[in-house]
Amino acid sequence: MSPSLKKAEKFYRQMLLLRRFEQKCAELYTEQKIRGFLHLYIGEEAVATGVIDAIEDKDGVVGTYREHCHAILKGVPAEKVMAELYGKMEGCSRGRGGSMHLFDKEKNFYGGYAIVGGGLPLAVGIALADKRMGRDRVTVCFFGDGAVAEGEFHESMNLAQLWELPVLFVCENNLYGMGTHIERAQSEPDFIKKAKSYAMEAHRVDGMDVLKVNDAAKKAVKHVRSGKGPLFLECQTYRFRAHSMFDPELYRSKEEVEEWKKRGPIITLKKYLQENGMWEKIDADAIEKEVEKEIEKAVEYAEKGSWEPVSELTRFVYSEKEAK
Amino acid sequence: MKKEITYREAVRMGIDTAMEKDKRVFLAGEDVGKYGGTYAVSMGLLEKYGPERIVDTPLSESGFTGMGIGAAMNGMRPIVEIMTVNFSLLALDQIMNNAAHLLHMSGGQFNVPLVIRMATGAGKQLAAQHSHSLEGWYAHIPGIKVLTPATVQDAFDMIHLALADPDPVLVFENALLYNTKGELDTSAEPMAIGKAKVMREGKDLTVFAYGINLLKALDAANALEKEGIDAEVVDLRSLRPLDDETIMASVAKTHRVLTVDEGWRSGSISAEIMARINEQAFFELDAPMRRVCSEEVPIPYPRHLEEAAIPSVEKVAAAARALMEDA
Repeated sequence: MSPSLKKAEKFYRQMLLLRRFEQKCAELYTEQKIRGFLHLYIGEEAVATGVIDAIEDKDGVVGTYREHCHAILKGVPAEKVMAELYGKMEGCSRGRGGSMHLFDKEKNFYGGYAIVGGGLPLAVGIALADKRMGRDRVTVCFFGDGAVAEGEFHESMNLAQLWELPVLFVCENNLYGMGTHIERAQSEPDFIKKAKSYAMEAHRVDGMDVLKVNDAAKKAVKHVRSGKGPLFLECQTYRFRAHSMFDPELYRSKEEVEEWKKRGPIITLKKYLQENGMWEKIDADAIEKEVEKEIEKAVEYAEKGSWEPVSELTRFVYSEKEAK
Repeated sequence: MKKEITYREAVRMGIDTAMEKDKRVFLAGEDVGKYGGTYAVSMGLLEKYGPERIVDTPLSESGFTGMGIGAAMNGMRPIVEIMTVNFSLLALDQIMNNAAHLLHMSGGQFNVPLVIRMATGAGKQLAAQHSHSLEGWYAHIPGIKVLTPATVQDAFDMIHLALADPDPVLVFENALLYNTKGELDTSAEPMAIGKAKVMREGKDLTVFAYGINLLKALDAANALEKEGIDAEVVDLRSLRPLDDETIMASVAKTHRVLTVDEGWRSGSISAEIMARINEQAFFELDAPMRRVCSEEVPIPYPRHLEEAAIPSVEKVAAAARALMEDA
């Protein structure tokens, strides 16, 4: 499991970028530059970072409405994501989608979906097309513990295993479906048991530790890519911020949040690197500065972006080109 | 090549010829394979194309409809069969929130070339949960197209038209039409999506209808002819987009309008057609418009009550007579 210095530095840089990016988003939200719903991934960064590192550019990712970080990790430029959050035409969805609907076809980022569970059947279909067309591709589908209570989760798990499709189901279990704890929502809170009831290979990993997630994801992707069918990977994680910017967080204690923060993904990685004599070889200050610069650049790009003229309002309801 | 076949055979031929032509096309749905299709539409296709292209699915309407959307986003041309419109409500999230909105949400990046076929309509004493006609309801949604083949020719053509379209197309096949017969000309150029068709020329009033109710309207027109009322009958063919041009041209010709559909009266597609005529051709009208729709009641089981609840030849003819007596 011990990572190369290069990989460790990459993870540190990525997670710091995601953290600072979303902290900036929260700031911009209070300034009303970003409107609508804003769901932050802060605290959960190790999951997407560890998983997306384990796949290739050609592989697909289906996300949720908490997908800023997944998009950036999949290669969507941070400035395009920021412009989308502003609602500008230069955004990755031309400003039409906003925070919950980031898309980038070129990067095989199949989007952010805001109906819980709604993305899972799509991942099944994307994978079915790959299998039928003989393409060597894996589709990774992210969703939360809340989705596990949705019918679409169960239908999709069944279909994917029944047809042995190349899907990696990544459950980001942050213990709460909005404000409802998993113990209050699930008659059987052991998700591995649920996945196994579909005869699917299933594993659980500490989602606060990027190295452990990456290790589990690599094995999972290898399994899926080899044609052995789908795999369910539960990453146990925690959301440090509110569900969305409107959430007063009445359902959990400050102590609980503080306890989890001690195990935060960036702290956990730093601690590992310190204990293994790697930390001093990383120029953390330089990384911090680079990250800040990148975020400044993203904000500047979004600020300078343009508003789509109202005359274009009814575009993108139907295709402007014939089918190929 | 012209020949007389059933509506069922025409749909099957449409699917079959499309699958022969394009390897990206596959059919998926409940009992489409081994069973041969609930309405026997896909009988024999499993044997011809195998289980990878004629895909039997479990009872997971949302799951396999979403699967079709994902496959369409990723280069295939799926035909998803939802057994009946009644069960499509289980897939409504996928149809509306994903299929209809993906192109828009992605700023034009992901189109969804998906065809969803389903049987629709009442008239077989199947009671409240198996007798819906929700095509007018689906026509409310921007991003999808809604086709309602009434004839054998359209049953065949519309499969090809829908598959050639870059966006999601819903095809509603009224279950009572499967056994009807008509002439199919496979060499004819299909009439485009969004074009209505004047099925019977007339000068006294226009009856707008689609699907099974087109046949009722034509029967009513024949009865009215004997009474000296010359009705024009227009097959709407497509509920989204609606063919305003053909509709308004007919209104300008007959000046009296009767719309027929099997949706519940309030908020039915008839209401939309009447509103458009009001906006675009009000001064052409010689009398208030009338509509024959389903009564505002869940469809009851006993035959006499079911018949009373839905449009009939007699109701259409009576409404036409009343319309002719209006100022």
